[in-house]
Amino acid sequence: MANKLSIITKGLLKENPTFVLVLGMCPTLATTTSAMNGLEMGLATMFVLILSNIVISLIAPVVPDKVHIPVYIVVIATFVTVLQLLMQAFTPDVYKTLGLFIPLIVVNCIILGRAEAFANKNSVWDSALDGIGIGLGFTLSLTVIGIVREILGSGAVFGFKFISGDGILAFVMAPGAFLVLGYLMVLFNKIAKK
Amino acid sequence: MAAKSSLVNMAVCLTAVCLVCAAILGVTYAVTKEPIDNAALAEAQASIAKVLPQGEAISEEKSADVEGILGYYVQTAADGSVSAYAVKTVTGGFGGPVTLMVGVLPDGTVYNTSVLSHAETPGLGAKCTEENSHFREQWKGFKGKLAVTKDGGDIDAITASTITSRAYTKAVAQAVALVAGFSGEETDAASGASVNNKEEQDNG
Repeated sequence: MANKLSIITKGLLKENPTFVLVLGMCPTLATTTSAMNGLEMGLATMFVLILSNIVISLIAPVVPDKVHIPVYIVVIATFVTVLQLLMQAFTPDVYKTLGLFIPLIVVNCIILGRAEAFANKNSVWDSALDGIGIGLGFTLSLTVIGIVREILGSGAVFGFKFISGDGILAFVMAPGAFLVLGYLMVLFNKIAKK
Repeated sequence: MAAKSSLVNMAVCLTAVCLVCAAILGVTYAVTKEPIDNAALAEAQASIAKVLPQGEAISEEKSADVEGILGYYVQTAADGSVSAYAVKTVTGGFGGPVTLMVGVLPDGTVYNTSVLSHAETPGLGAKCTEENSHFREQWKGFKGKLAVTKDGGDIDAITASTITSRAYTKAVAQAVALVAGFSGEETDAASGASVNNKEEQDNG
């Protein structure tokens, strides 16, 4: 049981996709302009990651080695498109803000990375847990970056403004994303090493 | 882990995976088509109601053969006169087309605006969708020079999103120009050209 739990916790700490593995930087930098955007992007990615991990661990034994990448990509792209259609149908508001970045989940290295590094040599159950762990790690990282950028950039947390007027605009833009990511990475690794 | 590759099993495997995935996508598409259409329709109706004065009859969508105008709706008052237009208009923004619904009174005053679809950057240009923001509030009852202040107009741009603000302003300007065209016709009709007037009614 402790072993199973460690699969989840390692996604949060030891193999945190954003701060330790440094994977999936495109959505990380692009969508964390606010805490809510970061959270939603993280959840969307987690949805795809868990399902693709499960399916890939199921089909891995029968997929010929030379075509495993195309097969995995087709599986991942299918889940992403399903997610996109579902979001359009049932959460059109979320889709409106994140729409551009949803199709990009297909090429997020975290998902193919976990398929290659974990799901194709582990059991279905473990792969699902790995998807949950890494997905949670990604979601939390994006939310934290989003919170910091939203506080500094817009003076708000989850859309609730606590200062009037604008914040430091650079933090809503690309340079702020790199700065916040860099400092949080330093902080995270400093704490995690202890 | 993986099975040994041969031409046959590679082809079979890829085909099978693609077939299954295509089937899943087909089913999802069929299931979500209606909710997606409904959501789009509800949004269009809500956006018309939002940009026009309350409570008068609204026509079916009409098309205008003008670049950037996707269609428009005419709102008529109880006495049959035109009280406002809702114009669906599109321009190129920063990340893709920006589609707006613009309510315009016959004298060219902007009643209100709303965003139908856009692909602007979240947190920057996408702020144009935030109701009650200064950028959106300034459109209510706007009658002035349709350009952002940077270009010598009367519209305050969204900070750090000048391209989006310009696109938004241009879209509104298209709508106002369309209505200005209609009002010109009406004035002609009122000043005696009854044939014109009749055509207008037929169209309506």
